Amino acid sequence: MLETFKHTVDYLSSPTISFSILTVITPILFPPTDWFDKINRKLGFHLLWTKTGLIAAMAAITFFFVVGYMDQNFNVILTKADNFPIVLMVYSIYFFTWVAMHKAYINDERLEKGLKPLEYNDPDDKVLVWPDLVYIEFIALILFTVFLVVWSILVPAPLEEPANPAATPNPSKAPWYFLGLQEMLVYYDPWIAGIVLPIFCVVGLMAIPYMDINKKGDGYYSFKERRVGIFIFMYGWIVLWLFLIVLGTFFRGPNWNFYGPFEYWDTHKVVALNSVNLSEYFWVKLLGKGLPENILLREFLGFLTVGGYLFILPFILAKTILKDMYEAYGPTRFVSLMIFGLVMLSLPLKMYLRWVVNLKYFISIPEYFFNI
Amino acid sequence: MAKEKNNKKSILETLGESQVWKSIIRSGVPRTRRQRMHAVLGSVFLHLHPARLPKHAVKLGYTWCMGGLSFFLFVNLTITGILLMFYYRPTVEYAYTDIIDLTEQVPLGIMRELHRWAAHAMVLVVWLHMLRVFMTGSYKPPREFNWGVGVLLMTMTMFLSFTGYLLPWDQLAIWAVTVGSNMARAHPFIGHEGPGASLLAIGDINLVHIGSDVRFALIGGRFVGEATLLRFYVIHCIAVPFIMMIFMAVHFWRIRKDGGISGPL
Repeated sequence: MLETFKHTVDYLSSPTISFSILTVITPILFPPTDWFDKINRKLGFHLLWTKTGLIAAMAAITFFFVVGYMDQNFNVILTKADNFPIVLMVYSIYFFTWVAMHKAYINDERLEKGLKPLEYNDPDDKVLVWPDLVYIEFIALILFTVFLVVWSILVPAPLEEPANPAATPNPSKAPWYFLGLQEMLVYYDPWIAGIVLPIFCVVGLMAIPYMDINKKGDGYYSFKERRVGIFIFMYGWIVLWLFLIVLGTFFRGPNWNFYGPFEYWDTHKVVALNSVNLSEYFWVKLLGKGLPENILLREFLGFLTVGGYLFILPFILAKTILKDMYEAYGPTRFVSLMIFGLVMLSLPLKMYLRWVVNLKYFISIPEYFFNI
Repeated sequence: MAKEKNNKKSILETLGESQVWKSIIRSGVPRTRRQRMHAVLGSVFLHLHPARLPKHAVKLGYTWCMGGLSFFLFVNLTITGILLMFYYRPTVEYAYTDIIDLTEQVPLGIMRELHRWAAHAMVLVVWLHMLRVFMTGSYKPPREFNWGVGVLLMTMTMFLSFTGYLLPWDQLAIWAVTVGSNMARAHPFIGHEGPGASLLAIGDINLVHIGSDVRFALIGGRFVGEATLLRFYVIHCIAVPFIMMIFMAVHFWRIRKDGGISGPL
């Protein structure tokens, strides 16, 4: 019984399957349109944000970690001192997302009835910072200090052998909060995964307030009023950032190969690597010729694809299905929204192209380290 | 109030009327509404807060206290970090053994644990703070700029944590930093394995090579070594905390200037 459970989890957690499941679930969990909302209600996903849902999900997470703790393979990964923050992360992210969504649902109902949100108070009815806020801060500070001291006494900070530049550990992993970036390296070259995407990440986050023209939902938890924005944020935050961290920590073993959480990290696991560039698909497989000498000619299809995706697609969208949005947002906002959105979307797209058609690069110019 | 005055004075009240106390907190023991407001306004630390707040602002359910905890962790890390600096020498020769001494020779040696776990906790707490601010829509006008400052503070938190990761100088440290800093190799134009780097050349001489690119500037060498340790130590202990404090000052200042904590109208 337990073995079947472990095998199922191992199977489900392979990147292709787990990522697909999350990608399908996110729009149902945070429905951006009425259609998804209907599915959400029909399948009962909204129950996850009720109190029963909280207990059930917390129990499920705990069950997973308890089984993992008792499993001899998962135990090795789980009990690494530096991986404890990830366990903490899984719990706290779910818990706080629950708090936010639970309150948002209550507020949505109140707003529909014409009531003010839960957080609303009479502006004249204020409390004094001393003592009402100061003592809360003081208690929070003491509790958190106790938590840190207990954590520090129970778990010694890890210290491995002295640094040895000659002995590369396998796998070598970045600190846990950067494992999402390291996971992207599987699909993108370092200059995109390590430089361009993080920059877009930071700048994109900073640009959120300037691109979001929705004035509603300011200063209280709400979902319905801002559902598209919340959905996009949650997809990037949970699936493209946090999930990739979990994947990188728990499911990536020697040679950065995938290992199920309950699987033994066999260094000799062989994984076929036969990804093919777009130019090879076109010139060699389709036309049956060799690759042309001229780099631009060789990669013209890749340039067309990438250029079309980033620079032509926004214009087509603005003229057709997103016409209303373009008018509401204006050209600057619309274009930046499209660029940030499309770059973010390019990650899952590239992942699927790799998994489905073994695509390596759209544009592959190793001569200039220019691979996309 | 008048009745209380007739009763015998408590020790606190006697203290509150002493010259010493009044020289520190002018309004005495904060009992009345006026005194309490004065206690906040008159204190350089407390006056980060306004004197009065809307009710929802003091509810844990609204703020999760995450912003406050981020700041608390920063202070905590500064204090434990200073204590660690007493014992730690950033050289290849001593770094690792100093870390061992921290646990084995220093009495009650959990300072490194406190520093490390607080650092991990800070990354998480800052992320949760961002989640709270996003979910309450608190980044919306007029708080757009402060959200941006917050994103930069989050990036600096992660960079601080990353630079600190190297200092124990064990296998975990150098390889995590090797993996991380190798990405800088691929920086467009200024990394020697980045696109466009080979275009920056005069004749046959490449301007951007392994000994002159951005990775070299970051780690102070061709590979993670002695110079990297010193560089990361300085970045970790002085440079980033210094910049971060400036950004934090702006962040806190702007909370007040943008109309205090967000809330429904």
